[in-house]
Amino acid sequence: MFACIHAPTLPADLSLAEFAYGYSPIVEESAGRTVVIDIEGCELLFGSAYELATDVARRAKEPRANGGLETPVNVSLAANPDAAIHAATRLKGITFVCPGDELTCLGEFPIEALEFSLVNVEKKLADEIFETLRLWGILTFQDFASLPTTGVSERLGQEGLRLQQLASGKTERHLKVKQPAPVFAYSIELDHALYELEPLSFIFARLLNQLCATLNAYALATNELTVQMQLENQTSHDRTLSLPYPMRDHKVFLKLLVLEMEKQPPQSAVKTVSITCDPVKPRVIQNGLFVPLAPSPDKLELTLARLAKLVGEQNIGSPVLLDTHRPDAFSVKRFVLDTNSTFRKRRKTAAKPKTIDNHHPCLGFRMFRPPLRAVVQVDRGLPSQISAWDKLRSVYGKVVDVAGPWRTTGDWWRDDRWARDEWDVAVKLGKHGSEQQAVYRIYRELNTDTWFVEGAYD
Amino acid sequence: MILKQRLNQFDLASRFGDAFKVREKPAVETLSTGVGQVDALTGGLPRGAISELFGPASSGRTSLMLSMLAYATRHEEVCAVVDINDMFAPVVAAGAGIDFDRLLWIRCGGSLENAFKATDLLLHAGGFGLVILDMADVAGKDARRIIPSWWYRFRRTVENRPTSIVVMSEEACTRSCAALTLELTGTPEWSQASASNVVPLRKQAPVKRAAITQMVTQGNLLRFNSIKINRQRPLSPWLNENHFRAHLAS
Repeated sequence: MFACIHAPTLPADLSLAEFAYGYSPIVEESAGRTVVIDIEGCELLFGSAYELATDVARRAKEPRANGGLETPVNVSLAANPDAAIHAATRLKGITFVCPGDELTCLGEFPIEALEFSLVNVEKKLADEIFETLRLWGILTFQDFASLPTTGVSERLGQEGLRLQQLASGKTERHLKVKQPAPVFAYSIELDHALYELEPLSFIFARLLNQLCATLNAYALATNELTVQMQLENQTSHDRTLSLPYPMRDHKVFLKLLVLEMEKQPPQSAVKTVSITCDPVKPRVIQNGLFVPLAPSPDKLELTLARLAKLVGEQNIGSPVLLDTHRPDAFSVKRFVLDTNSTFRKRRKTAAKPKTIDNHHPCLGFRMFRPPLRAVVQVDRGLPSQISAWDKLRSVYGKVVDVAGPWRTTGDWWRDDRWARDEWDVAVKLGKHGSEQQAVYRIYRELNTDTWFVEGAYD
Repeated sequence: MILKQRLNQFDLASRFGDAFKVREKPAVETLSTGVGQVDALTGGLPRGAISELFGPASSGRTSLMLSMLAYATRHEEVCAVVDINDMFAPVVAAGAGIDFDRLLWIRCGGSLENAFKATDLLLHAGGFGLVILDMADVAGKDARRIIPSWWYRFRRTVENRPTSIVVMSEEACTRSCAALTLELTGTPEWSQASASNVVPLRKQAPVKRAAITQMVTQGNLLRFNSIKINRQRPLSPWLNENHFRAHLAS
């Protein structure tokens, strides 16, 4: 049995659905001022269906302080929700539509009162059908329901048939239950401001636990977490955690958040904490059987966060070459392990013959950053003795072999242009009288006529 | 009486059978260095163990390291380089064929302590195929001061994991913790000539020798020539001294 509540006039700040939740958790909001509830099994709480309808009508008139709507409502009871909707919207007060005898109640309604959207018929098509019926002299639900089904189907199609079933009050469907909108934001106002990170981490843990439980309930994950903290000095401290992969593990979130707070702690005591997230679909990966193991995304994120705290965020990542001929030009990007692209790449390379293993090894070079300023003795245009040192390393000795120079210039149109002559020099190190040699790349800055050691071949 | 003794024996065997059972160690998995001659001599880098690679400047350590990284990243291993003195050259590494998408580069700004902590974090994260601790520019006296517990800790952490750690240094410092030690003892041989006129390998007799690299700088040729191998434990049952001898004889 279904009950439909229709409020012809409803204050804007009151919700009919919220009122209906007081009677049943299964509520369909069919229009702004009409709701249908399933009252099956409510007898023990509210008595018979008619007693429930009476209670609904009485309580709706009560003031909002008592949980009422401050307006009279129409209530109808029927065996199917569509019949209940038609009765409630057309008839005032309480209406009981007898199951199997719907036309007694609905039969006199004009044909234009049919809620065609309930049976998924478009307005344009419904208007055409109503016009046809009017030309046939069909004016009420009773007239329409009494037409032969086969004839209606032949002349008006399946849509006409569905409308006829709606008019006769014999449709069957489930309620489209209104789901409360999920909230992915939690906040807490503290009685006493927190000055230290450790007690604050317990607050984070509680909020993240709730947040991840909500994400889990909706089978979602998040790749962006925002924490807003109201501080005692009337400012706010906002941090955003951007994750490369969607996750919903509250333990990982907590560790990442604590690491972030250790890196950039709030300037004052914290009064209010709120955490919001951007829900997205979780990542689904199908790994290959023969693909080597990679760090799991959550562990990798935690490790990267810990490493960033240890050596600085700018010192970890993947190197990226820049599109320039400038020596040692590179940048560092965030290390993100894209397993999908790797898998695609693997499939592409699998088709090719495996010549890649015969790759010729490349000569190693160890870069001195910054380059080591050197004093170089030049004999007949060739370096003959080199002497360079700093706190970490020193290069000192006689040049036993030399090759070069190779002149490179670039970016002459900019302030930071470079122009230099490069040499490869083998230097006799002379440690403990040994014959040990090392090969270095040195260069002379043409602008300043200064010598530097750029690095060592190794 | 005899029956009683037999019953006691049976009872002990059933109670302590598992404890006294001889367990055979599985064959150690290895990761190729990317240089065929080195692989032929060593069988590759042992996984779940420390490998040490040491030698003086310009002895070919970095070339071998780049070769290892290139091979590993091409085979979809996730690799990490813990670079103590910020000496990794990305331009050269790209030329060696390293896939940067699978390489994590950590620059420690000269701090040994940070480097060891970073390595420890990487090993505990798991899933890395190759972790390189680049201490090649750390002075020998500083390397010798590293407390042994760090090496034991690393060895214990990677045990039974697919990670291979390579410690690159100027002098041997891992003591008995390294499963494989490669000493590069040669000096660069330098020639202005073309590749066909390269002088032959040095004649000094290290324990095992191999020409590992033959590379061209900007018009010149460098060859790093000698490797000394010291292995703490056998890598796999089929790879033994006889295998080496046969290989060298061939």
